[in-house]
Amino acid sequence: MAGSADFVEEQDAGARVIRFSGALTLAQVQDLPRRLAGVGGAVAAIDLSDTDRIDTIGAWIVRRFAREHGAEIRGASEDARRLLEEVDRADQPVKVRPDQRPPFTRVLDEIGAATAQAGRTLLGLLAFFGAMLVALGAVIRHPRRFRWTALVQRLEVVGVSALGIIGLMSFLIGIVIAQQGAVQLQQFGAEFLTINLIGRITLRELGVLMTAIMIAGRSGSAFAAQLGTMKITEEVDAMRTIGVSPMEALVLPRVLSTVIMMPLLGFYSSLIAIIGGGILWWITLDIPPVSFVQRLREVVPITDLYVGLIKAPVFGLIIGLTGCFQGMQVESDAEQVGLRTTAAVVQAIFLVIVIDAFFAVFFERIGWI
Amino acid sequence: MIDFDKEPPIIRVRGLGNSFGEQVVHEDLDLDVHRGEIIGVVGGSGTGKSVLMRSIIGLQTPDAGEIEVFGEPILGRDLDETVNVRKQWGVLFQGGALFSTLTVAENVQVPLKEFYPDLSPELMNEIAAYKVVMTGLPPEAGPKYPAELSGGMKKRAGLARALALDPQLLFLDEPTAGLDPIGAQRFDELTRSLRDTLGLTVFLITHDLDTLYAICDRVAVLADRKVIAVGTIDELLALDHPWIQEYFKGPRGRMAAIAEDRRQETEGVH
Repeated sequence: MAGSADFVEEQDAGARVIRFSGALTLAQVQDLPRRLAGVGGAVAAIDLSDTDRIDTIGAWIVRRFAREHGAEIRGASEDARRLLEEVDRADQPVKVRPDQRPPFTRVLDEIGAATAQAGRTLLGLLAFFGAMLVALGAVIRHPRRFRWTALVQRLEVVGVSALGIIGLMSFLIGIVIAQQGAVQLQQFGAEFLTINLIGRITLRELGVLMTAIMIAGRSGSAFAAQLGTMKITEEVDAMRTIGVSPMEALVLPRVLSTVIMMPLLGFYSSLIAIIGGGILWWITLDIPPVSFVQRLREVVPITDLYVGLIKAPVFGLIIGLTGCFQGMQVESDAEQVGLRTTAAVVQAIFLVIVIDAFFAVFFERIGWI
Repeated sequence: MIDFDKEPPIIRVRGLGNSFGEQVVHEDLDLDVHRGEIIGVVGGSGTGKSVLMRSIIGLQTPDAGEIEVFGEPILGRDLDETVNVRKQWGVLFQGGALFSTLTVAENVQVPLKEFYPDLSPELMNEIAAYKVVMTGLPPEAGPKYPAELSGGMKKRAGLARALALDPQLLFLDEPTAGLDPIGAQRFDELTRSLRDTLGLTVFLITHDLDTLYAICDRVAVLADRKVIAVGTIDELLALDHPWIQEYFKGPRGRMAAIAEDRRQETEGVH
């Protein structure tokens, strides 16, 4: 390998000459640019006749130096001349990063864009819901067109496959509520009220809510990712050209599957949570399951079950809808699939909790307390 | 013409074997690439052209065989040990493989920052700037993000990044795929002029017959899990292999040959 790049200053007929030596390549320039920057004043010529190799970076450094000092380049080999010409042609002002706007206007701009985006998303979701209802109407009028196999397949993926994880989660939540409730209520000598707590809170709220969060993370995200990928690979477009409505073939089975499965899974979750709480009571307070169930039947009104079961399909609709909606919004970019999937989960959980608050007020007003 | 016997080859592949589960892609594959040539690698779909390239650049660990680049063995060594070899090659992946969170100019700076962290930021910006222009991108493309570029511009930006370290060896994976004919022709011209000015050796995977005729010094044909033939197109045409005959003598192959003849006539090239 040739030696590292170097230079010496010489006087030639009263004029200053910079004579380069060694290899003017990226690997060998090292601190040459910094040392060159220290050379001040006019330089008449640059002599390259002692250099043995040169690449574009070497050529660039030589050319920049020549321009700054108004020097002429001599002794360049064939290769060096070609490279110098090449970098000369390529010398145009290029920005490395886009211009930054002042922070104040940028923040305002971002707030505005985010607000507009939120509004657009809400409107888009509404329009998507409408389009899905139209597709549903069409399918009801022509039941033959409905994809039964797709629906059954979704029911299995959304529902049956989720039984294990939802069961485990609910069981543990039941234990936690029972344990925390017992500890706190003991202070008032009212630990038997924990049974009210477990029975009512799981049936009314937690069973369905936790299930909704789990399904949003499990299936809502999967819907968005599946449909988004299908949009990128143009599967959705291919479907349309063949005359198959993506609404009927892709969206409807998915949304229906969450609508159907949410009440079933929510009920199952409540049940397992109550069992978890019951087992904890049995073990720690020695209350036999029979008395636990008897007490449960006395304190939990049947309307609590209705509250949970009425909310569940609405939550399912929200999860399925946002998942499919976000998936269908993907345009041509793999990065968007990730963003849309995240958005689907976040929006689904957010909307579920908002709607849940409305339901709480509603049921209180009609007297199902 | 370059005398190949005098110098050792830049890439030397011997007895390469690759398989994915049951499917054997390469078996006892040999290939030499010499300094200063543009070698085109062709073969039907699934013959392992990209796998060959990935094996050479160390992204794929083969089952058997040995690979030397610049005389240094590649296989079975850590990234740190092959750093001197990796500094001397640039790779252009099919889709450009630009880092999506960086601008085009910042993409070009990534290898510079990685291998030469001592360069001043100012010089690095200048290097990125002239590399961007040199690959035929407009100066406005520098501060743009990859998502804002067309397919052809992404490839040029990817090439600018591959050339960032002034490599001696350039790997191009289907550089003209997905480009319109004018863009593809410009890319071919760019590849050849870079080879001529920078003295590059180019390992070029392609399906594009026009590219093969226009810029490749030699063509390596992958079939039956091996490189079945290497040579100029004329040498390959003299062979009696059915795939080669069909590839070059099919209607598309003939059109490409005619086009190249015309081009040479008008340019007065021999």
